[in-house]
Amino acid sequence: MSTPDNLRVIGKARRRIDGRAMVLGQTQFADDLSFPRMLHCRLVRSTVPHATIRAIHTGRALAAKGVKAILTGDHFPIPYGILPVSQDEHPLCRGRVRMVGDPVAAVIATTEEEAIEGALLVEVELEPLRTISDPLDALDHPEPRIHDYGDVGNVHKKVAMEFGEIDAALAGADRVFEDVFFYAGNTHLALEQHATVGLVEPDGKLCVWSSTQTPHYVHRALAKALEIPPHLIRVVACHNGGGFGGKSDPFNHEIVVAKAAMLTGRPVKICLTREEVFYCHRGRHPVLMRMKTGVKKDGTIVGMDLETLLDGGAYGSYGVASTFYTGALQTVTYAIPKYRFRGCRVFTNKPPCGPKRGHGTPQPRFGQEVQLDKIAVSLGIDPADLRLKQLAPANSFTANWMRIGTSGLRACIESVVERSGWRERRGRLGPGHGMGLAVSTYLSGAGLPIYWNDLPHSGVQLQFDRSGGVTAFCGAAEIGQGSDDVLAAMVAEVLGLTTHDIRVVTGDTSMTPVDLGSYSSRVTLMMGNAAIQAAERGRDLIASAVARKLDLPADRLVFAGGRVFDAQDPDKGVSFQDAVILGEALHGTLGTTGSYKPPPSPARYKGGGVGPSPAYSFTAAVVEVDVDPRTCWLEVTKVWIAHDIGRVLNPILARGQVEGSVYMGLGEALMEEQAMRRLPANLSGALVHKMPSMLEYKSPTTLEMPPVDTVFIEDPDPNGPYGAKEVGQGPLLPMPPAVANAVFDAVGVRVDETPITPEKIAKAIWERDHGRDPRCGPASFPSIDWPEASKVRTPAEGGDGTASNEKPRKSKLLASGFRLAPGSPGAKVEGVQS
Amino acid sequence: MMRCPEFRYHAAKTVEEAASVLADHGPKAMLLAGGTDVVPNLKRRQHRPEVLVSLRRIPGFAGISIGGDGAAVIGPGTTLADLALDGRVAAEWPGLSRAVGSIASPLIRATATLGGNLCLDTRCNYYNQNYEWRQSIRFCMKAPAPHGSALTEDAGGSVCWVAPASPRCWAVSSTDGGPMLAALGATVELRSKARGKRDIAVADLYNDDGMLFLKKAPDEVVTRVRVPRAAGQKSAYWKLRRRGSFDFPVLSVAAAATFSKSGEVTDARVVLGAVASMPLVLAESASLVGKSLTDDVIAEFAGAASRHAKPMDNTDFQTAWRRKVTAEFLTGALRELRGDDPRTMGQLGRRVARGASCLG
Repeated sequence: MSTPDNLRVIGKARRRIDGRAMVLGQTQFADDLSFPRMLHCRLVRSTVPHATIRAIHTGRALAAKGVKAILTGDHFPIPYGILPVSQDEHPLCRGRVRMVGDPVAAVIATTEEEAIEGALLVEVELEPLRTISDPLDALDHPEPRIHDYGDVGNVHKKVAMEFGEIDAALAGADRVFEDVFFYAGNTHLALEQHATVGLVEPDGKLCVWSSTQTPHYVHRALAKALEIPPHLIRVVACHNGGGFGGKSDPFNHEIVVAKAAMLTGRPVKICLTREEVFYCHRGRHPVLMRMKTGVKKDGTIVGMDLETLLDGGAYGSYGVASTFYTGALQTVTYAIPKYRFRGCRVFTNKPPCGPKRGHGTPQPRFGQEVQLDKIAVSLGIDPADLRLKQLAPANSFTANWMRIGTSGLRACIESVVERSGWRERRGRLGPGHGMGLAVSTYLSGAGLPIYWNDLPHSGVQLQFDRSGGVTAFCGAAEIGQGSDDVLAAMVAEVLGLTTHDIRVVTGDTSMTPVDLGSYSSRVTLMMGNAAIQAAERGRDLIASAVARKLDLPADRLVFAGGRVFDAQDPDKGVSFQDAVILGEALHGTLGTTGSYKPPPSPARYKGGGVGPSPAYSFTAAVVEVDVDPRTCWLEVTKVWIAHDIGRVLNPILARGQVEGSVYMGLGEALMEEQAMRRLPANLSGALVHKMPSMLEYKSPTTLEMPPVDTVFIEDPDPNGPYGAKEVGQGPLLPMPPAVANAVFDAVGVRVDETPITPEKIAKAIWERDHGRDPRCGPASFPSIDWPEASKVRTPAEGGDGTASNEKPRKSKLLASGFRLAPGSPGAKVEGVQS
Repeated sequence: MMRCPEFRYHAAKTVEEAASVLADHGPKAMLLAGGTDVVPNLKRRQHRPEVLVSLRRIPGFAGISIGGDGAAVIGPGTTLADLALDGRVAAEWPGLSRAVGSIASPLIRATATLGGNLCLDTRCNYYNQNYEWRQSIRFCMKAPAPHGSALTEDAGGSVCWVAPASPRCWAVSSTDGGPMLAALGATVELRSKARGKRDIAVADLYNDDGMLFLKKAPDEVVTRVRVPRAAGQKSAYWKLRRRGSFDFPVLSVAAAATFSKSGEVTDARVVLGAVASMPLVLAESASLVGKSLTDDVIAEFAGAASRHAKPMDNTDFQTAWRRKVTAEFLTGALRELRGDDPRTMGQLGRRVARGASCLG
């Protein structure tokens, strides 16, 4: 049987199974769907950032040509939201609008044009409320409250946790470095706009086709918001034209077209405009952060104290998790013996923020890696050496109780240092040229689901038929990353087939076992392990039948090359099809299942549910930049990157993920920003997205993309399928800080915020030339009234993963939609649901 | 997705027919050439014409010919791609090739036309937005709320949000072809039903007003562009934008000059693009005549001329920085005129040269 030393599919560069269809235009995205008698939906959105809805006049619109129905918030009394603790959205606003772009009414018409014209005729009377425009505004103005829940005023969530005696550690440090950084908000910019079709199928059940990364969570939200038993709902995730986190929430438009289909009895479709996608957002939170790090004279870190302030926008979304994530992974790259993290998320009247590639971790990673560079420069230590001397060791627990398994971070750093000529070239590139280094880590799947349950995170079902065909069913959503190909590869490897022999059915809640969705880089690891289990079970069933036929012990059989044969006499064997027939004859209809659930985490303090993962990936990158001395124009001329992936499953797809992450990371580093615009306050209370278009929201083109030299570090992780860890998100993280560090190396000034633009470099140089602090960045961090921190003793202090000042808490089960089977455990590892 | 409002489509077969439809419908008719700017604007409801008059079916409306006097006669329907890739144009007017080749992206250049670029609507990031977005700011003077809309009474459609106290609109001239053709001394032929044919210099085609930015009357059709040939003329086009493709200019320098045998400038015209509502033909250009383009002469010129750049906060980049780098772009363009290879002019020059190398 195939072993990791004898792999036939895994690790080979292969064409992905859905590549042909994509190239030929056969792939059906949600907007490609069309059904007989289909109606079209257009949402009427708020044009005021914060207001009470006085009235909605639909008469003129209802009388317009082609208009069939108009829905308003009255149709949707039940709130929903991705997190059980943040059920704060309605499919259409009820009583209150919280941002420009909040949907108020839905016009359903025969054609899209008629829906658009009808929507222009809906009159919405709004009574403006004071606009809360940014985090400082939100902290200063508890009233009017944007939501009637949350910690206090317009503060959505404050969290505080302390691992060891951090104040004593900082007091005893030789040097304490304190910096304030700002990381700008930005959006996913997937090429495909969100689209959804709702319809009632011939059997009377509701079906929703959608561009979503999380069909299971959409399923739950539909059941809750529409008050329909979930088994009467089917959600199909179409191939996504990119997700990046932007299609991970259940969305108002999905629920609206489902309801509209039920009301009209006809299929109803919506495809958002690009502008509307900017309003859906759920992108990177703008984060202001203060980072205090104490070090010994030799640069050894003795403790870190981190505060973050997140601009959450108008709704909760994943925000509570995002807040925890801004403090979760600092300890996973470096051995930080004492650590304190306090985070605060506020509501503002802007598109809601949520998860974008790296979810909550790129912002503090930027601060941490830039600050380490400052420490290295200040102490006269090579930034690479400063890192190498204090990496968090493999197979260890961090101060905040994250369990690190394998770590190839040392090899990653050594690889990029070597390949970039870091030691020889850095500092010798001439004026305006510089090199910067940064590292990072990311999860291979979150240890806990979004809502509390004790069920598998991923399930795979296999069907073997007499043709020799194998069909793999899994709820995972293909969002372009290649998860369908991973599923086929796992099954093919175990059964000795090729990926093109396998048929996959994915992302369909009525046909496939649950997978929680394509987020947190979880699919390869979790679905992969489930697929291997299902395939091995199938292999064993078939092997027992073939063994009986050939009169051999089953463990001598090899599944390879589409045959099942004797390892000692390869000519003795049967074709895979015959093997399946033998199996069916012996066992009856052949089918198997596999499931995966992450190992429990020892982090049992409040908030300890965010951060644990079955395996962490690691990345190191060096970038080289060229800063024009006169215009301060910044060009990234080369990137060297090394990623500890555990094991490469398909080099072509893995490399694509790295290059795509580098590209997206450079976009955030250089130009991307979810900028908002206020008008002169005496004339207008407007707060609008400054540039909700792909032309004016600047994202790099291929012409801005430098050559990328990619290396994979393969150190198989026992928790990964064939040892694989994630690759979809981690490689983004080092890019922004590496660029900032390279700019410092090139021109000797610091830009402590993203995006790093020519204007900001010019400003920092101006400051330097005028005898001031040679930097451009935020001046200060506001004083926040933090709650008492959860006090958790570190592993080194003999702690047990709980907080000494917290009662052991029961998880509150805020069931939304599904009920769990009786007997589900109530108190286990607590996470965002607590 | 966004959809166009309803309109009647009239595919004119002759210039006379197009001019006649314009004359009959007045402001309710609009011309359509490549449509790459008009159609997005229709979808955003910036325009609500009753009739769109397409020029694409008019025989001979596209094409480039070189006359006996060496001048290029370019049909306004010529696509930007065809113009940018024309070897004769590149040899004689390299600045024009680069300017046109820098517009938008290859796909758009394959459809967009020179006439359309010359008449390109001015741009502003308070204006180039969806109808609903503009509702949120209660519209602006360039695109007030439509008559009959529920918003007409309370809409603030008389303000320029870039400069709320200003009586005029500050939308930005964003044509690349306009400044370059003005620098090259090009003329356009206009034709209308009422007044027949007339010629006008490209340098005189524009007004410094974001709304009334063209001197072309609404009933006139651009029927021909003529670029004169001047022996020994050099031309250059330097454009500032965030990215190497797609983006409209936020600053450009179009420069053309002829030189005596001993290297003195005999004629020069330098034009700043995208810093006002019209291409700014720099009066200082005349001061170059009789001089060699030494570093000192260029520095003095760039210092004086860059003062005309008064960008407003309605495009990409911060205005102070855009103003500050104007002199660098002027310097680069003039150095290229005197024969310096842009690829030797540091990162900025390499970027300009790279823009020129990815035409098509």
